Amino acid sequence: MRAKDAIGQYGERVAVRHLQQAGWTVLDRNWRCPEGELDIVATDGAVLAICEVKTRSTDAFGDPCQAVNWRKARRIRQLAARWLATNEDCWAEVRFDVISVLRQPSGAALVRHLEGAF
Amino acid sequence: MPLARTASVGLVGLQGHVVEIEADLSGGIPNFTMIGLPDASVREARDRIRAAIINSRQKWPQRRITVNLSPATLPKRGSGFDLALAVAVLAGARVVAAPASEDTVLLGELGLDGSVRPLRGILPSVLAAQEAGRIQVIVPADNVAEACLVPKMDVLGVACLADLIAYLGGEECRVLTGAAPAELPPPPGHDLRDIVGQAQGRRALEVAAAGGHHLYLHGPPGAGKTMLAERLTGILPRLADDEALEVTAIHSVAGVLPPGSPFVRRPPYESPHHTSSTASIVGGGSGVARPGAISRAHRGVLFLDEAPEFATGVLDALRQPLESGHVTLHRSGGRTRYPAAFQLVLAANPCPCASPAGDQACVCSSWTRRRYLARLSGPLLDRVDLHVTLLPVTRQALLGDASAESTAEVSLRVRGARAAAEERLAMDGLRRNADIPGPALRRRWRLARSTMTGVEAALDRGALSARGVDRVLRVAWTLADLAGAAVPGRAEVDEAIGMRLRGLSV
Repeated sequence: MRAKDAIGQYGERVAVRHLQQAGWTVLDRNWRCPEGELDIVATDGAVLAICEVKTRSTDAFGDPCQAVNWRKARRIRQLAARWLATNEDCWAEVRFDVISVLRQPSGAALVRHLEGAF
Repeated sequence: MPLARTASVGLVGLQGHVVEIEADLSGGIPNFTMIGLPDASVREARDRIRAAIINSRQKWPQRRITVNLSPATLPKRGSGFDLALAVAVLAGARVVAAPASEDTVLLGELGLDGSVRPLRGILPSVLAAQEAGRIQVIVPADNVAEACLVPKMDVLGVACLADLIAYLGGEECRVLTGAAPAELPPPPGHDLRDIVGQAQGRRALEVAAAGGHHLYLHGPPGAGKTMLAERLTGILPRLADDEALEVTAIHSVAGVLPPGSPFVRRPPYESPHHTSSTASIVGGGSGVARPGAISRAHRGVLFLDEAPEFATGVLDALRQPLESGHVTLHRSGGRTRYPAAFQLVLAANPCPCASPAGDQACVCSSWTRRRYLARLSGPLLDRVDLHVTLLPVTRQALLGDASAESTAEVSLRVRGARAAAEERLAMDGLRRNADIPGPALRRRWRLARSTMTGVEAALDRGALSARGVDRVLRVAWTLADLAGAAVPGRAEVDEAIGMRLRGLSV
């Protein structure tokens, strides 16, 4: 496994734990289809949150969530539509979140949850 | 609520408008959006203030930042909004408390290191802020003296963004307060004593200075035309307070103020080269027009050496500002009006060969001579009050014992004449004889019929136009002021006619 994938998986584990501690239910992780992959799909009962997790080990190149540009945002929207089409349930509100995970040299990672990022 | 508001000033020409800057910091992917009609140079502020904030040891807020410049209808340009933008962002992030936008205006360009750099146009900006009811300005440290020219304004100068953050946090010590700048002594150099002979030229120069009349010097090379013109500002009186403020504001916008002493108290002197373009002379440039040489010479002297060598379009563009004292320029970015009440001094050789020995040694054909001087159009010369033909300097004057009058002596007489004119014209709010409107000359200041015989004769001959008569009368009043007479007599009127027609008869 390449180092960047390992960091990515670490970040997703941190993000899931963060969501669960906040009382969210994770419905899907790493949901794949031919167009791509959704990192986390979660709900707090009323709202469906499609979460994109970005992980970095340094903020020397900017905050991790700055890596989500308009092209990535557009792809996630399309994937979300496909995910909704394959599911039976209906949601009053669908929201796109970005969870930025900044790994620290030691100790717990720094997590920022941007609700409704795009 | 993560919303902060600051105020700055945007300039369109000399006219300043207070611009409110709102910064909203909300959740979402961090980015920075600027709205409210900023031009490319204002958009660049984004990168400058980001680096400046980080290099001032503050954190750049990782939020979705939206900055709005209002009124949105006013086009904003330049780097002067940097400081107000940076403070709005920091105040939105709750790093500092922004000064109340109803009281305080922030002006200044930021460097990437957080230093606050000086700006052009501080004086008109601060005047506009005061007009809009603001009581405090925060300006770059290098501009404090200029901002202090505006009375009853609380001026603070900052050298870097970190100092301003400290000040807004309650530390008083790191900002500058200043007093209005001291006046520089007049620059040494040109003195009228240096000019050999040329009694006629000296007399014309004195009359021009005393009455604010335009002057046309005509003569062979080496006669001293340029030397005379260069010494005109020396004998002009100092600018009055309101004039000095006007001139300083123009020079501030043009970016030609000397850094040490930014208050222009001496009449300015501009001598553009004869290859200068129309836009550089009357003002121009893309977007919003910038002031040209005629506006930089406002309340001073515009000297066009080798006048026939100028493009005819450039010379004829001077006609309208010569009459109105201002110039209005329309460009895509808006309409600007700059004052341009300058005193015109033209110098010309009699012909292209310009033999120093004078006309006797000229090898030009009469047709060439005519065509050379015809480049100065009739309507332009008609607006010039004093026409002087200088003769070559004689051997005796040049090598003999020359004891000519100095600038100090002549300027004393000029001041006396100006004082007399000002007293007479105070009721009309005028200062110089050259500014008396034509109708007033012919009604209120009407001269006795007996003194006007020379004018009548010249009119009958067709040597004077109607405008020419007005100009002769204005010069006659100046001659009377110089002679200490209450009203011009026949001698003054005849001398004025002579000064006007001498050049034209050549």
